[in-house]
Amino acid sequence: MSVHLKQDRPDTRNVLDKTRQGVIGAPLPRPEGLLKTTGTATYAAEYAAEGCLEGVLVTVPVVRGAVTAIDEEQVRAMPGVVAVLSDKRMTGRPAQGMAGEAPFQPAQEVCYWGQPVALVVAQSFEQARDAAKRLVVECRGEDAPLDPAAVDAEESESTRQGDLAHAMAEAAHSVDITVTTEGHASAAMEPHAALAQWDGERLTVHASLQMLKFNRAELADSLGLEQDQVRLLSPYVGGGFGSKLGVSQEVVAAALAAMQLGRPVRVVMSRQQVFQVVERRSETHQRVRLAADAQGRLTGFGHEARVSNLPGESFAEPVLQSSHLLYAGDNRLLRLEVARIHRMTAGSVRAPGEAVGVQTVEQAMDMLAAKAGIDPVELRLRNLPDKHPENGKAFSSRKLAECLERGAAAFGWEERPRAPRHTREGEWWIGTGMASAARVHSVVEAKARVTLRPGGTALVETDMTDIGTGTYAILGQVAGEMLGLAPADIEVRLGDTELPPGSGSGGSVGAASCGSAVFLACEGLRRKLAERLGINSDDLTLKDGFVRWSGGEKALPELLGNAPLDCVGHFEPGDSTQDLAVSSFGAFFAEVAVNRWTGETRVRRMTGAFGFGRVLNARTARSQCLGGMTWCIGNALTESLLFDPVDGHLANCDLAEYHVPVNRDVPDCEVLLLEERDAAASPIQAKGVGELGLCGGAGAIANAIHDACGARVFAYPMTPDRVLAAMPEG
Amino acid sequence: MRPFDYQRAERLEHASQLAADADTLPLAGGTNLVDLMKLEVETPQTLVDISRLPLRSIAEEGAGLRIGALVTNTATAADPRVRADYPVLARAILAGASQQLRNRATTGGNLCQRTRCYYFTNIDQPCNKREPGSGCGAIEGIARIHAVLGTSPHCIATYPGDMAVALAALDARVEIARENGSSRSVPVRDFHRLPGDTPERDNVLEPGEIITAVTLPAPVGGTQLYRKVRERSSYAFALCSVAALVALEDNRFTRADLAFGGLAHKPWHDPRIAELLVGSEPSLALFDRAADLLLEGAQGYGENDFKIPLARRTLAAVLCEASGVGA
Ligand SMILES: Cc1cc2nc3c(=O)[nH]c(=O)nc-3n(C[C@H](O)[C@H](O)[C@H](O)COP(=O)(O)OP(=O)(O)OC[C@H]3O[C@@H](n4cnc5c(N)ncnc54)[C@H](O)[C@@H]3O)c2cc1C
Ligand code: SF4
Repeated sequence: MSVHLKQDRPDTRNVLDKTRQGVIGAPLPRPEGLLKTTGTATYAAEYAAEGCLEGVLVTVPVVRGAVTAIDEEQVRAMPGVVAVLSDKRMTGRPAQGMAGEAPFQPAQEVCYWGQPVALVVAQSFEQARDAAKRLVVECRGEDAPLDPAAVDAEESESTRQGDLAHAMAEAAHSVDITVTTEGHASAAMEPHAALAQWDGERLTVHASLQMLKFNRAELADSLGLEQDQVRLLSPYVGGGFGSKLGVSQEVVAAALAAMQLGRPVRVVMSRQQVFQVVERRSETHQRVRLAADAQGRLTGFGHEARVSNLPGESFAEPVLQSSHLLYAGDNRLLRLEVARIHRMTAGSVRAPGEAVGVQTVEQAMDMLAAKAGIDPVELRLRNLPDKHPENGKAFSSRKLAECLERGAAAFGWEERPRAPRHTREGEWWIGTGMASAARVHSVVEAKARVTLRPGGTALVETDMTDIGTGTYAILGQVAGEMLGLAPADIEVRLGDTELPPGSGSGGSVGAASCGSAVFLACEGLRRKLAERLGINSDDLTLKDGFVRWSGGEKALPELLGNAPLDCVGHFEPGDSTQDLAVSSFGAFFAEVAVNRWTGETRVRRMTGAFGFGRVLNARTARSQCLGGMTWCIGNALTESLLFDPVDGHLANCDLAEYHVPVNRDVPDCEVLLLEERDAAASPIQAKGVGELGLCGGAGAIANAIHDACGARVFAYPMTPDRVLAAMPEG
Repeated sequence: MRPFDYQRAERLEHASQLAADADTLPLAGGTNLVDLMKLEVETPQTLVDISRLPLRSIAEEGAGLRIGALVTNTATAADPRVRADYPVLARAILAGASQQLRNRATTGGNLCQRTRCYYFTNIDQPCNKREPGSGCGAIEGIARIHAVLGTSPHCIATYPGDMAVALAALDARVEIARENGSSRSVPVRDFHRLPGDTPERDNVLEPGEIITAVTLPAPVGGTQLYRKVRERSSYAFALCSVAALVALEDNRFTRADLAFGGLAHKPWHDPRIAELLVGSEPSLALFDRAADLLLEGAQGYGENDFKIPLARRTLAAVLCEASGVGA
């Protein structure tokens, strides 16, 4: 049986509020948590395979060029070496998210420094690594543009409405700032890894991937196989943050080697390779202009950004994504352009666009508040548009005002205006700042099968992944709520392309899309049960393994009998959001200390308030927000990919030198989850939360730095040297 | 990583003999050496594992303390005598790396840790320290973490460690066993070198020489501070650091032994700073003059220009804290 829904209308039934199990939204621990914390969850590289060979990718220190010769013989003679592959099907770049087709081939056409061009396979990892380093690859090198500021850029997107320049000229208060952000790495803990096995007809690959149905298509296309010849398994993923949306180089290389050698082959990227060859977040160069009347009401809004990518890549960091709808202003100019340069592929890193776009707008808003003498929270409240300011669509739901107000109250926000440098504790200037959060919402097609098993337990199956986000927990909760079962009685199987294709994890679409598929499957099962009882499914209450209706009660196993009952839920986005602007919103409040001598900045506390539709699990949702806020700290203060100006290589390519926040950098963070029901967003009234927590928070930290010490810094990350350079003396 | 032979040294003399070979390196905690071997920055043919030699104790020696070469950083920082009498040393160690690394890192290995220069650790880049004569990638490249004092046109790398900066302020000595069974002792202040035209040599150790201990002079009391400036609050190397042993009487400095990290190819110690400070009344103007001495001849390489004012300010911060000026 299957239930298909193309959601053309908002679903205002709020079914999950009427069911009685009471597990939806509960802060339940993840069912797989113990496995992970005890090291017994098996990740891609950890599978044992009889006779497995080890492959190591060979990279070349050339920024652009073509491989002309590979001296295989020399390393073939080394102990343990089995093969040197430089197959034309090897991929030079990772696939972009949801590409569903082969990424750039052949790998031997080099487009960025450190591109993998070959694979050495040996009996042991150590032998392969040694041989890979010794392999002599001749490459015809060419010069290539490296500096995004030094090349002409192509326009990728633009919106012009009214006359911004005029509005700026006429404004009672205006702000015009230019801000830069540096490239970011996704820096997932688990390196990219694949273990491929070929039985002559079918390929099975354990890999660390976020979106299996797309990944299967990408891999099959890369290899010239049919999709049904490929099976991918990613039951556990040690973080992806966008870098595992598409198949990257190790998956294709491992598959080719396994097919050629007829033996299992494992390829794991080194930490340095992960930094050098998977997707980066583009650096950005942004200009924000705000024009306002005397009351601080926006009359003009401008946001222009320049980002970069390799030639041929369609992705452009969507910096303006939420700028289109966050604030009012009739006169608008939004423009995004892409510079073509030769750094590793730019692609989605957690919250592409908003992660670097919202914070700059929020800095400008802070400056406008100061100029207009209006409290920053109040300024934002005054500028929330009634409708989408460009296309006039109504908001499907928007908790932004409540987030601002409740966040401010919880944080203890002190109203402004006030002059900076008001509080010093010893060497430290103390200040606070705030920012709005916004992240566009979307859902994608997803399928899931739910089986009621004799005995009254359930099985949920989809190829959806859990990238550390809590998918196992929330899908079990949706099913438990719908079927009246305790989560302990539900088994969730994920990450296997043999299972019905879900959405995959990326762009915060997973919970709402796959959650809806599970919901639909359960609705189908509920109807089936009602049919058996000869009642209407509205008259059915499922709770604690019992089936109740107006005429009686039965234990679920009794009703089920000996045969399992299953249903595939098939969710597709439809027209429900066509006339609506759908987005998640929130607010950040941060307190920082800035050292008056050294410019070192430490975040002392942070509050985030978020509204993103239905909360499916308060614990995992909070974790997503906390993780996002932690990213805000890195984004604001430390994270930066450093590219060599001479040959374009990435200089800081490990976790010692690419500085993500450490425990000591992350203070007590408070997260407020504001319950919301968004009927248009999905049939379970949920929107996305995986990325919202990092969309704007770096701006709150930047604004707090100013409130603390008087430094307006316009370059992220705000390292001690940059803060010092902007800090007034004394 | 290149294949290598592994030998476990049972006795010190055995270790020195093995280490006399140019292609042999001693292995202590391995936290630096093994990483560099994976990157093929270090390609020893033989590792001589010295980790089981009996160099693991902290003992009183004369009025001072002798810390064996294999004492872990964790053990040194936790030692009650170190904490009571040489707090600057405990503070410097605890400001470095992470707990897990400090549990393995040893006194000798820490002194000999190599630079974190990005070009040094990437074998596809030119680097005179790794491959003499190949050029210096950092001078025209990413030099944010590089030196501003005592650089040469051949190398602008820093010595990255923290512990040695405290040891330089304390005027500790490094005890070294030689291949022929004799030993020598070198002040920590003279142990590391400036790059000059032989940046491949970090320090004065000769082949076959093994560090056996660090000896601390009699405790001097006073205020002992270690100040480390960095982007994140832990697990990052110093952009600039200051170790300070300071004492005042009647509002005049009676002691001001300062050493600086993150600025040069060695922990930086300039005796003129103590000469200037001792006997004087603390003031911001005086600290500025001390910084003038420190930074005389300082040269930035673009990206690291900020270290020059940062060092001045960090010096002032430490002296303010120690003397109460500006509180
Ligand atoms: C991610 C990371 C962050 C770090 N952060 C910091 C930091 O903030 N501050 C800091 O100070 N350090 C830091 N470190 C460096 C760390 O302190 C050193 O790696 C450690 O002290 C080295 O000690 P070891 O015993 O492991 O040395 P090993 O790695 O065993 O050896 C290092 C070198 O010393 C030589 N050697 C070892 N013992 C002797 C001896 N007795 N005689 C002669 N030669 C010897 C070896 O041959 C080798 O060349 C960090 C390291 C890492 C990996
Ligand atoms: S600074 Fe020194 S270590 Fe760094 S590249 Fe130049 S020579 Fe090598």
